[in-house]
Amino acid sequence: MSVQPAILQYPEAERILPGTRTCAGCGVPIAYRFILKALGQKTIISVPACCVTILHGIYPKTPISANTVNTTFASAASTATGLVAGLKATGRDDWTVLAMAGDGGTFDMGIQSLSGAAERATDFIYVCYDNEAYMNTGVQRSSATPEGALTTTTPVLPKQQPKKDFMQIMEAHHMPYLATVSSSYPADVYEKFEKAKEIRGTRFFHLSAPCPTGWWYPTKDTVKIGRMMVESCVFVLYEIENGEFRLTGKSLNIAKTGKKKPVNDYIALQGRFKKMTPEQIASYQSSVDAKWEAILKRAGF
Amino acid sequence: MERNLIINGAQAAAEAARLCRVQVVAAYPITPQSKIPETLSDYVERGELKAEFVRVESEHSAMAVCTAASIVGARSFTATAANGLAYMHEQLHWAAGARLPIVMPVTNRGMGAPWTILNDTQDTISQRDTGWMQFYCMNNQEVLDMVIVAFKAAEQLLVPCMVCFDGFRLSHTLMPVTVPDQEKVDSYLPPYVPYHKLDPDAPVNINPVVMSDPIPDPNGLLSPGYMGFRYRLQQSLEGALPVISEAGARYGEIFGRSYADPLYRYRTEDAEFLFITMGSLGSEASDIADMLREEGIKAGVIGVRIYRPFPAEALTDAIKDIKVAAVLEKAISYGYEGPLMTELKAALYEQKGNRPALSNFIFGLGGKDVPSGDLLNTARETIAAAKAGKPGGVPTWIGYGI
Repeated sequence: MSVQPAILQYPEAERILPGTRTCAGCGVPIAYRFILKALGQKTIISVPACCVTILHGIYPKTPISANTVNTTFASAASTATGLVAGLKATGRDDWTVLAMAGDGGTFDMGIQSLSGAAERATDFIYVCYDNEAYMNTGVQRSSATPEGALTTTTPVLPKQQPKKDFMQIMEAHHMPYLATVSSSYPADVYEKFEKAKEIRGTRFFHLSAPCPTGWWYPTKDTVKIGRMMVESCVFVLYEIENGEFRLTGKSLNIAKTGKKKPVNDYIALQGRFKKMTPEQIASYQSSVDAKWEAILKRAGF
Repeated sequence: MERNLIINGAQAAAEAARLCRVQVVAAYPITPQSKIPETLSDYVERGELKAEFVRVESEHSAMAVCTAASIVGARSFTATAANGLAYMHEQLHWAAGARLPIVMPVTNRGMGAPWTILNDTQDTISQRDTGWMQFYCMNNQEVLDMVIVAFKAAEQLLVPCMVCFDGFRLSHTLMPVTVPDQEKVDSYLPPYVPYHKLDPDAPVNINPVVMSDPIPDPNGLLSPGYMGFRYRLQQSLEGALPVISEAGARYGEIFGRSYADPLYRYRTEDAEFLFITMGSLGSEASDIADMLREEGIKAGVIGVRIYRPFPAEALTDAIKDIKVAAVLEKAISYGYEGPLMTELKAALYEQKGNRPALSNFIFGLGGKDVPSGDLLNTARETIAAAKAGKPGGVPTWIGYGI
């Protein structure tokens, strides 16, 4: 970590004004605020059908003070591609193009256009804000939903399959920069976006954004839940720059100190996991442990 | 300088795009369209066309790219056919709803299943109600000319336009084509100026969620609800025919080939019998009209060049003295009849007086050959049925037998 964290110098101007239409306690705007601060005014945002569509408000009002182009569900990356191409063709390649898509629009429906755009090394930043289900349509299962979670389309038998490891898929695209961030660690968000802004090519962010509506916890606990997710190593903060893997923030701290919390502390606070048996939780703990060990090894610990 | 080339329809479409100085091309290959993006990528890589060429991973993305590029002010172009067009369906609505003057040639091809790569017009007819304009071409010269006219009209109306032409029959057939002078095209089609200018200091939220009822903006001014947006698109299309006609007439003044008329007309002045059709069938039907005249039947042809907006008035006016007509189509609205037949009959309902005897023939689906003898027979059958007082009924399919 730098001696003088960049977040201490973040711009005061707010791009998210009061009055967003997210649910109370939504994790997304916490991170989004710092993303937009880091990227600056000459940013244009591609938004597919997702919670951020709602966040951006209802015509003719919007709380977001940044140019935004809404698009179809599968098209966050292809619309961003069009913005990049159109701006370049008209001599304005000094804009930053950002795509903000949910996990359904990324892990599931948007994977084709994202993979295409990344393979073509399109010059833009893609953010998948991951609230682990189709939250905007009412908490239906996605391929980002973790094993053991109840959703409205896994209402009786909690989801049987593990969450798709999307960062591995994106890493296979030879990207210059990809990183994980959590809405509970805005300093880490700000610093990574400031860095990504200066890199050319496709940059990918996996943003973990807890969702009280779909995860069934009190709205006041969003930051806490997000922290517990990182503290238990269910979600790990890192960045991969030109293939070089680095743990960051709290996850780096855990790697150094070995102070990792049990996943049960995280699981027990959420209604969506209420059907998980002690055996299932133990099995989940071992899979989290195995992934963490692999990450530690890769990070040189 | 004007050049006379012998090129196929796909090359004519690509040549037109180059002349229009398109700034963003996004395309995905599909037979029989592939030669269009191939030719354009060649132009771009050789530096003969200054454009961003995006080799997208699907047609769905092709139209997303064109839509976004058009929003930020780039003249945008793509081309597709059949299943590629169907895969774009959602984006077609989006582009029209966002009021973007994208031009897209479609090399008409039949829809699967089962697979065919060959020609009919089921693909574009199925996209009729997306809010796009649809022009249909009869030969390769029309393909080139109508792409240019399409940009002119689309950018005035803020409505996207498909330029449809028969796959293989035109896309892969060499024909003489006059390629106009670049400077003249520049004078006809000045650079695209988007309706909305992108400004970092005056940000906007484009294509947001809109409610049913108008909502006041922060200054208290009522802004349209969803139907308000839809009605404006319909209004633009209701008023589009004169704009297209003017663009077509102006094209004629500069280049000597006028497209002021939404209809192709062949020997209609004294005609007593008409073929009414679309696309390259109009060209074939013209030969048959000549043959019928040798038999003593005063035959003529109407080709519907502009299908959306539908030129109902021009069409009913053109057939006001006609007693018998055969409507020839390469598409079908399953469970009813050919879509042109339905629309023609609906247009006639509005007209007091003339009710010609109409017969509907479905031809050439999936590239099935349309022999001259079959076309001659449709004319004879239609005339005989009219004389016997029993025209109409279900459409007659030609060429489907085992």
